[in-house]
Amino acid sequence: MKLTVTDVRKSFGATEVLRGASLTVREGDLAAVLGPSGCGKTTLLRIVAGFEGLDGGSVRIGEREVAGLPPERRGVGIVPQEAALFPHLSVARNVGFGLPRGSSGRTGRIEECLELVGLAGYGDRMPHQISGGQQQRVALARALAPRPGVVLLDEPFNALDRSLRVSVRDEVRAALKRAGATAVLVTHDQEEALSMADTVAVMREGRIVQEGAPSSIYAAPRDLGVATFVGEAVVLTASRGRDTVTCELGDLLPRRDGATGTANGTADGTGNGTASETGNGAANGTADGAANGSVAGNGAGNGTAGSVALRPEQFVLRAPGEGAGGLVERVEFFGHDAAVTVTLESGTVIRARTRGDVPHRPGDRVGVTVEGPVLFFAD
Amino acid sequence: MAVRRVPERTAVRRVPERTAVRRVPAGTAARRIPAGLLAPAGVTAALALLPVGYLAVRSAEGGADAVARTLLRGRTLELAVRSLGLAAVVTALCVVVGISLAWLVVRSDLPGRRVFGVLAALPLAVPSYVAAYTWVAATGIEGFGGSVLVLTLCSYPYVYLPVAAALRRMDPAMEEVALSLGRGRSGVVLRQLRPSAAAGGLLVAMYVLAEFGAVAIMRFDVFTTQIYTSYRSGFSRTPAAVLGLLLVAITLVIVVAEFRTRGRAGYATRGAPARRPPVVRLGGAARAGALAWSVALAGLAVGFPLVSICYWLAGGSSAGADAGRIAEAVAATLGVAAAGAVLTTALAVPVGIIAARYRGRTATFLEQSTYVGHSLPGIVMALSLVFFAVRYVPAIYQRWPLLVIAYAVLFMPAAVGAVRASVLQSPPVLEEVARSLGRGPLRAVGEVTLPLALPGVLAGAALVFLTAMKELPATLLLRPTGMDTLATRLWTETGSGAYGAAAPYAALLMLLAAVPGFVLGRRSLEEAS
Repeated sequence: MKLTVTDVRKSFGATEVLRGASLTVREGDLAAVLGPSGCGKTTLLRIVAGFEGLDGGSVRIGEREVAGLPPERRGVGIVPQEAALFPHLSVARNVGFGLPRGSSGRTGRIEECLELVGLAGYGDRMPHQISGGQQQRVALARALAPRPGVVLLDEPFNALDRSLRVSVRDEVRAALKRAGATAVLVTHDQEEALSMADTVAVMREGRIVQEGAPSSIYAAPRDLGVATFVGEAVVLTASRGRDTVTCELGDLLPRRDGATGTANGTADGTGNGTASETGNGAANGTADGAANGSVAGNGAGNGTAGSVALRPEQFVLRAPGEGAGGLVERVEFFGHDAAVTVTLESGTVIRARTRGDVPHRPGDRVGVTVEGPVLFFAD
Repeated sequence: MAVRRVPERTAVRRVPERTAVRRVPAGTAARRIPAGLLAPAGVTAALALLPVGYLAVRSAEGGADAVARTLLRGRTLELAVRSLGLAAVVTALCVVVGISLAWLVVRSDLPGRRVFGVLAALPLAVPSYVAAYTWVAATGIEGFGGSVLVLTLCSYPYVYLPVAAALRRMDPAMEEVALSLGRGRSGVVLRQLRPSAAAGGLLVAMYVLAEFGAVAIMRFDVFTTQIYTSYRSGFSRTPAAVLGLLLVAITLVIVVAEFRTRGRAGYATRGAPARRPPVVRLGGAARAGALAWSVALAGLAVGFPLVSICYWLAGGSSAGADAGRIAEAVAATLGVAAAGAVLTTALAVPVGIIAARYRGRTATFLEQSTYVGHSLPGIVMALSLVFFAVRYVPAIYQRWPLLVIAYAVLFMPAAVGAVRASVLQSPPVLEEVARSLGRGPLRAVGEVTLPLALPGVLAGAALVFLTAMKELPATLLLRPTGMDTLATRLWTETGSGAYGAAAPYAALLMLLAAVPGFVLGRRSLEEAS
């Protein structure tokens, strides 16, 4: 069922945890609420589940207002951190806990739900006899069994090993989709949110600040905070002219909202060539001076002071002399790709994502250019 | 200037956020306690508060004059001096014995220190009146000296156990710092032991003030024995009530002090050090002295009572002790103690759940009211129940229900503590999951939390059962006419000088008491290894 959270407020004593949080999840969607620790996302989830009361606002499941109802009358399934299976009950009885006792379809439904999460035949095991990932999937089956309107997942993969996490994520997503469930996943892991969810809601200081498809949140964050939280970014002071953004890496192409990836190749080739020279010039005559200059020039319509956020995959490492000069500090090899940390001549440190067969070694001199349209945020 | 902001990759596992968020609402946004829990917990609290409350009412009824007369009697002052003097001397001796033994067991190379570690906790298992009986029967020692001897030997584990625990957790780095600064190590060690020794000492003082059986057998008159006498003589019961109230007031001061030092002791010993403290090598003479001291204490506190009982049992002089009477006493003891354990646990469950799961004034009040039994001398509590029953429910006066209720009030703290601790072991998230799967708050507790807490709750019930079997003063006052427990039989036989006849009861009581003592000793052995 559709979940509509409108303007929810909640304070614990003098601490205002939720300041008008709103969130809409379409029926059958998996939405991720993404935010740093302490942003209020767990409180939001507990309010939807009914474990905490709210001070203001409304929570609707389908067309039904549930804000005043106790948890047992909301029809909300939860998958807590660390699974939290009932340790004294078998897997089957855990899954059947929410089903009416003695109902005819009970055994069938338990089997069906276990199958849904790929654990058919595990019903007789006790929770301590199965692995952490399996426990998490049983917890999901238990939540899905009574066919709840909404399933809430509270950082469910935190307790799992990194290697296991990816596969359990896939299985959980697949099971939710097979069940056609509407689900909300709370997480602080941007990779998890971006890879699993149909929509991502970024939460900050008790509010949802941006909602949208994962790709659009990553590509078009509404402000610098979202840009740096959703994905890595190197942030440089910059000034915006009519068609370009100028920073120490040169004149770059600003991203226009709604228009993704325009003429990458040509624009970059020329843009970067010239940019590197101007960039170096600016670096020589202190960055502060340049920033002040652009602020002064603001009134003349020349440039707007602000910041530019550059993604690691936008950096291109070239031969020394091309682009901004820098020294390779560190190469982290991941197999499929690598991360190269470069200190530019200005002292700025950047981290570039490159292909796995990176030819550079620490101590090498390189040139750095930027590829693709960049994110600019005015101050 | 360029700013670099590279957010951390999320490989690092964070502390679960829920605990952090939950700590904020502590005390402010307390959830409402469901009526199904609140009502029975209210009954428990009322029952626990009844004795003190009624004692106050009864004292006031006597009129201000009578109260003043009792309080201002020279005899009252004398009793206060005797009671407090006994408590002070026993406490001081227990601190010396407890600290010295703890240090020898934990920090020296005393030969056989692990055995001494177990022996040092065992006196807790010897009921003080049984110990008093063994000394009176064997040596005839009496009065102040006898009381000090017996109570010290029975109570020093209250100092020994926390001090030994503190010594084990002490960070050796502190001593090394003191040594490197040219100071001796003893100053640092003693400073750190102060909170745990103080907490243990206050506990000793509290038990000595509440002690009845041992001092009565030693014929040393203090508050508790005077209350008993004055109740027995029974012209006016106001003096007994007033004395009881005065004793409660004195005990309360100590309870509050003990509560405060315990809080501080907790902080002082928080967290385990990375290394085990080093063992101090004793020189030849010191080693011999330490060994003699440890052997003497173990001999007097554990060995002597056992030998004395065996002597009377084997000496053939246990005339008058016929098997039928013993069997009757055993049956009666088992019966009332079991009933007491069941009632205590039943009353403790709702309060223990509330104490573990809810915050706020109501929850705090309910929990703390049940701890009144902890600070109430058994004789005073029994007296108050007698007054109350005689006036309002004469049907249960001198019947077993009243005695069972008394056990419940006296041993409620242990049972509530056990329920609370075992409920805390079951994570609250399980209850939340049960709620989301359609269970109301009470059913969630009943289907998830209680089954998981059951072993702990049963252990608490067993402890109450064993403790109730040894109870003397309340049993003495409240038992049905003609019914005798092991404790009251021992009391009666000792009172009439029939030491041989008392021996089988003493032996059985020691046997019963050995069970929790054995468990305690094994735990401290495990800690030591």
